[in-house]
Amino acid sequence: MSKVFVFVEGQGAELKKGSQELLNAARNSGREVVAGLIGPGTKALTGKASKHGAKTVFVCDAADLGHYNPETFGGILEAMVKESGADVVLASSSVLARDLMPRVAAKLDSGSASDCTTLELTTSGVKARRPVYSGKCTAEVEFVNSPIKFVLMRPNQLPVGAGDAAESAPVKDFPAPAQSGKIKCKEMVKGASSKTDLTEANIIVSGGRGLQNAESFKILEDLANTMGATVGASRAVADAGWVPHSMQVGQTGKTVAPSLYIAVGISGAIQHLAGMSGSKVIVAVNKDADAPIFQKANYGLVGDLFEIVPKLTEEFNKALHR
Amino acid sequence: MRIFVCIKQVPDTETRIQIKSDKSGIEETGVKWVMNPYDEYAVEEAIKIRDAKGGGQVTVVSVGPKARVSESLRTAMAMGADDAIVIDTSDYLDSYWTGKALGQAIQKEGAFDLVLTGKLAIDDNAAAVPQIVAETLGIPHVTVVSKLGTEGAWVAEREIEGGAREIFEVQGPCVLAANKGLNTPRYASLPGIMKAKKKPLKEIALGDLGIQSSHLKTRLKDFQLPPEKPAVKMVAGDPATQAKELVRLLLEEAKVL
Repeated sequence: MSKVFVFVEGQGAELKKGSQELLNAARNSGREVVAGLIGPGTKALTGKASKHGAKTVFVCDAADLGHYNPETFGGILEAMVKESGADVVLASSSVLARDLMPRVAAKLDSGSASDCTTLELTTSGVKARRPVYSGKCTAEVEFVNSPIKFVLMRPNQLPVGAGDAAESAPVKDFPAPAQSGKIKCKEMVKGASSKTDLTEANIIVSGGRGLQNAESFKILEDLANTMGATVGASRAVADAGWVPHSMQVGQTGKTVAPSLYIAVGISGAIQHLAGMSGSKVIVAVNKDADAPIFQKANYGLVGDLFEIVPKLTEEFNKALHR
Repeated sequence: MRIFVCIKQVPDTETRIQIKSDKSGIEETGVKWVMNPYDEYAVEEAIKIRDAKGGGQVTVVSVGPKARVSESLRTAMAMGADDAIVIDTSDYLDSYWTGKALGQAIQKEGAFDLVLTGKLAIDDNAAAVPQIVAETLGIPHVTVVSKLGTEGAWVAEREIEGGAREIFEVQGPCVLAANKGLNTPRYASLPGIMKAKKKPLKEIALGDLGIQSSHLKTRLKDFQLPPEKPAVKMVAGDPATQAKELVRLLLEEAKVL
């Protein structure tokens, strides 16, 4: 039976949503699913991997893997993929996987397709599409002379599936390889936000110049907290220093694809649209009825954001926290 | 200090994209080509490091049709790079072979201290070439670098989720892929542009690196424009009414909550 290897990432006691989506897609493909987990504490997640579809789980749970290291993680993943015998490798297009996967693919003389938005996995092959030219069009990735096909999927593109907690799978431990010492992560600095990263968020509330100053982002945070959303920003306000650059959505910031994107006081410059036009539903709040953002939006609200946003917080609160 | 910077020429963001009738790619006539924005950070950082270390050589390398790609290489030299290498081909190369070609061209030049690139190219958004260059050269890589220390080891800050950062210490030559925030790229000055015309630009044929474009690992096909969005639905009324109606629409019509 053909196999598929899924690189699974955890988030606390759960699997990341993107990983759950991929396990579900892998299970429904008719292939045998091998899951791989790397990092301290990941052994506790093997049951979650089998619940979502893994028939075998590979794990490397060494204590000194707490910090990401492309060299060691790459070595482990290469060994896992080889051992699995899979000719398709799936991973979520996370910050870690985007760094790691292209190099592991190259080690195995294979090609990779990052940031894909559609996936068709069958027992005989894999087809994926991805946005190119800043989301102005999409193209299908065809694997040609690639013994193993590496596909990195954007989160929030596929159904998760309920999973079956009664499922269990054999677990195989992998040792951590020796380190060359040429590269090491000596420190991790926490970010301003403990929320889901923009690239993985299901709902995003983004603010632009219309907010007038850094302090006004407070009203967006209130709205975001009500909805379980992550706060983003336009380039103009990141460049002005109102928010850190890590919050910037767009051409030189992050490319996002949530289910719901609420753009507040953002006019919709092409550089911004490049980063968020893949969102499923877009809401624009702007005082200028002619702002280009309305051409990309599903729903438009013209008016004073300082009046509208608090009302939205109130209404979402009523609707979601009854 | 010998530094290589890998750059790519890409269609300007403002350029309108037209898909070829056979859907195999985009029409290139009328496209305005520019240096990939992230590569500008890489060029700037290389020049800064060279000047801070009291000299050396910054070489920019690119793959593509020589006549076109040379423009971006000249731009990098006008910013301050010392010389350039173009790996000449008019064929499409995937990330794998682009990375191999760049890595092998650098290897041919002899010893070096650092390779800088942008974190991704805005046309194909793959974010794969820097890692493949590093794999080809057998050296470490750090991507999405927004801060770099150059005393002793390379100390590269990599941006991860939620604005958190990983701080890597790397010994010896490595590939670093630049993110926005690393620096503010300089504009090419007029004297810089004049000087750049006389700087050496070396040409390597793709075949001389033993690479054949027919051996692609991946190929892009069936280019399509995104599906037309339905016209925007404007939600009217006073702010309270607008808010109430939007929440209803999101719950009942769009069903995204």
